[in-house]
Amino acid sequence: MAKTHVTTTINGEPTEFLCEPHQTLLDVLRDELGLTGSKEGCSSGDCGACTVTVDDRIVCSCLMLAAEAEGHSIGTIEGMAQGEKLHPLQQHFLQEGALQCGFCTPGLLVAAKSLLDNHPNPTETEARYWLAGNLCRCTGYDKVIKAVMGAAAELRGETPSQARA
Amino acid sequence: MNHVSDPKKLKVVGTRPIRPDGADKVTGRASFGADMSLPGMLTGAIKRSPHAHARILSIDTSKAEALPGVKAVVTAKDFPEIASEEAFVGEGPMNFRDLSRNCMARDKVLYEGHAVAAVAATSTAIAAQAAALIEVEYEVLPHVIDVEEAMADGAPLLHDDVFTAGVSPKPEKPSNVAKRVEFILGDVDAAMKTAEVIVEGRYTTKPVHQAYIEPHACVASVSGDGQAQVWCSSQGQFMVRAYCAKLLGMELSDIRVMPAEIGGGFGGKTLVYLEPLALALSRKSGRPVRMVMSREDVFRATGPTSGGVVEIKLGATRDGRIVAAECLLKFQAGAFPGSPVQPAAMTAFACYDLENVKVVGFDVVSNRPKVAAYRAPGAPISAFGVESAVDDLARALNMDPIALREKNAAKDGTKAAYGPTLKDIGFVETLEAAKNHPNMQVKLGPNQGRGVACGFWFNIGGESSGAVHVNEDGTVVVVSGNPDIGGSRASMAMMAAEVLGIPVERVRPIVGDTASIGYSFLTGGSRVTFATGMAVSQAAEKVVEQLKARAAALWDISAEAVEWCDGTAYPAGPNAGEFEPLPLAEIASKSGRTGGPITAEVSVNAQGAGPGYATHVCDVEVDRETGHVTILRYTAVQDVGRAIHPTYVEGQIQGGVTQGVGWALNEEYIYNAKGLLENPGFLDYRVPVASDLPMIDAVMIEVPNPRHPFGAKGVGEVPIVPPMAAVANAIRDAIGVRMHDLPMSPPKIRAALDAGELPMAAE
Amino acid sequence: MARVFVSGSVARHLTGGETEFEVKADTVGRLVRELDRRFPGLGNQVEESMAVAIDGVICQDTLMEPIPPNSEIHLIPKIAGG
Repeated sequence: MAKTHVTTTINGEPTEFLCEPHQTLLDVLRDELGLTGSKEGCSSGDCGACTVTVDDRIVCSCLMLAAEAEGHSIGTIEGMAQGEKLHPLQQHFLQEGALQCGFCTPGLLVAAKSLLDNHPNPTETEARYWLAGNLCRCTGYDKVIKAVMGAAAELRGETPSQARA
Repeated sequence: MNHVSDPKKLKVVGTRPIRPDGADKVTGRASFGADMSLPGMLTGAIKRSPHAHARILSIDTSKAEALPGVKAVVTAKDFPEIASEEAFVGEGPMNFRDLSRNCMARDKVLYEGHAVAAVAATSTAIAAQAAALIEVEYEVLPHVIDVEEAMADGAPLLHDDVFTAGVSPKPEKPSNVAKRVEFILGDVDAAMKTAEVIVEGRYTTKPVHQAYIEPHACVASVSGDGQAQVWCSSQGQFMVRAYCAKLLGMELSDIRVMPAEIGGGFGGKTLVYLEPLALALSRKSGRPVRMVMSREDVFRATGPTSGGVVEIKLGATRDGRIVAAECLLKFQAGAFPGSPVQPAAMTAFACYDLENVKVVGFDVVSNRPKVAAYRAPGAPISAFGVESAVDDLARALNMDPIALREKNAAKDGTKAAYGPTLKDIGFVETLEAAKNHPNMQVKLGPNQGRGVACGFWFNIGGESSGAVHVNEDGTVVVVSGNPDIGGSRASMAMMAAEVLGIPVERVRPIVGDTASIGYSFLTGGSRVTFATGMAVSQAAEKVVEQLKARAAALWDISAEAVEWCDGTAYPAGPNAGEFEPLPLAEIASKSGRTGGPITAEVSVNAQGAGPGYATHVCDVEVDRETGHVTILRYTAVQDVGRAIHPTYVEGQIQGGVTQGVGWALNEEYIYNAKGLLENPGFLDYRVPVASDLPMIDAVMIEVPNPRHPFGAKGVGEVPIVPPMAAVANAIRDAIGVRMHDLPMSPPKIRAALDAGELPMAAE
Repeated sequence: MARVFVSGSVARHLTGGETEFEVKADTVGRLVRELDRRFPGLGNQVEESMAVAIDGVICQDTLMEPIPPNSEIHLIPKIAGG
């Protein structure tokens, strides 16, 4: 069967690729485009390790066909830092020790950024429910939530930047 | 050199630097097993049994081999037959014949999902198609899932060459009961007669999976001359090498294993599933082969921990002294012998100072995936029973649960039920800290309750290698052979920096492959900070000796006249001479002229690991209408010896607690009447999510282990031992119902409320 | 001299019922040899699948560990982890 030609935008970059009809967006990101930051944990949309943004909505990329990316704007973990400048969420995750094995971390960060982009002042409960779709088996979520709340405060201008000089 | 005695002088150990692998992990750059790609790489797929128990009559791979794009197909005949042989290469005894048959079935399939054949093809889709084209003829056999059903006379027999070990006389008929273990102190029957209060309970737990978010993944590449390379996420690259060499009949030096970052292990990645298959496929096809498990396959075919039955009887006098303790354990091992019933038996009463103890355990096979290690293997299961019974005993005696435990607590000098006399332990300190924690003062409302439970784990040492290399600019590289699953590489850098006296930012830790560092036993058993830390610290000390000798050479004085302090060489006193201090960087820049590169590698077989103890307090609220349990508050106090990097120690505690909470409330395997798994996915295998938990208060107590240079004790496993009982005891406190069967999911709580179940405590 | 303790089931199978005895050995390796001399098979069992607790400190997979005089030795199953 002939491959489908897809034109899309990924992390702000115009991108084209060919894909089989059955390939998911996650398959294409990882196997065709070399963007291996998004991870496959379950391929049934239950773990969130493959979380990306599609037009600013968070989506499990394992549940989306690659062909559906046509004409949309995709955001992955690789687009979060600006050059060597980490996003405050990434910085706070490092500071708080909010990762251990790091496998769920990209998905968590994309989902957390979406939270703060849409709700800059979440309560702890709101942050926990927003991130309930991102499974983590290592941390027990405690330091993850602390990092998210800390980054939120910094983004609101309430605390100084954690970035190293 | 021992730094235990002067912790205040520590400059790096005990601080919280940013982990050296952190930037790559928060940007998605870190390379895990499935992220590796090689030119010409094929994708592997596995054909798995659809039956729980069946004889393999024939396997026809011809249609698969004929499919365009398929480059290799393997079955059991591509692997050597291995005689039964036990070896300690991974966690616990591993029978290589069983491991080989678990990776690829021979003659029989023993669980749904058991691998029967494997293919390698030019795309994932073609590999899946090819696997579907493999035709296997089965003779379906009756199966057995439940542990007590598997023990019963007339149960379907899994192996005709397994005879119950540990019983006399040696049995003549094969059995599903692979082993009987027992630990006895004193005379339990006589002592029980002197008890004034007796508490009994029968508890059951279900198998639960380690549920690491990263499925097993590897890439294998075998060259034309038989030399192989493997990139995989595992808990031990040397373990992978050893197991693959054995299963494929290769020499160790012909396999080089590169440790990828690992996305969680918890014991479940201390053995191999895919690697031998990928190697065989690569050898046959002449190309690299990547194999990644689907989440369904992870649940169907990789080792959970045991489920089991725990029967407890405790006898005490009215003053609260436990005079007799009895425990019967029946653990299911899955398809091959090897459940953790032995450590479960040894740890069952390890928190207490008892004179009369009897623990008996049975290791039982059944048609489920072979169990693998899971964080403190076996201990959480026996602790669930013991700590629930201790709670019932406290109620029967009208005693505070912590006071009862204090009255019977194991201390330095206590003879453990499993034999040795305990020393340098910090259990009583954890009880004290829990008792005095502000969370204990929080008033509880209706349908809310508080539960206390304690836990123990031995921790191990073992073989580890560490190398310290000084670069020409005075920065340092530390190489060790242990995959980092909890932040250990940060701790290696910190210990080396402490010994060298330089800032930790100038020390770069890496995890080396099997050809680049001396042998290291795997990452598990809470041993890396202890044993690998010991090797790294000793290597750093050797480097300090060399640095002093080089300074002496530059000053033309004797090496004994040189002191090392804060990363700098000083003359030892006015008699040594007047010289400007030489910092490490300067000595390094001149290393060539003074003898060559400055480097040291040390290999140890670390002994004397210190056991860990914990006391947990859990507050819950039960919704009587739905049976839902909310964790309101969780306090986990643990003796950690010395927290090298406190953030990562807290992380281990919080993570272990969370797994225990999942085990307590929701996680279980659900089988249908055909022995097929109905919930092989994260939707219905329900692990804790962020909204299920509050912040977890991790309190670290430090009673140093004098046998580690910095006093460290293993920390990773103890935290999973108390939570199931802590939650069950809190539920008992909240609604007056003693839950005996895990998980304590909403339908079960509702059923218990409906039945008006009362706690089983009698005199 | 070290005082060696074995559990009931090990005693039943390998020491003819003796659970406590004195052994002259100053390293684990020498202990193993001496145990095998007195109770054939026990030394091998200890070396392959047991741990040795010397005055409460657990050692396994090593023949080199020194045994101080008058120490208390317990032979226990090997310990693993997860």
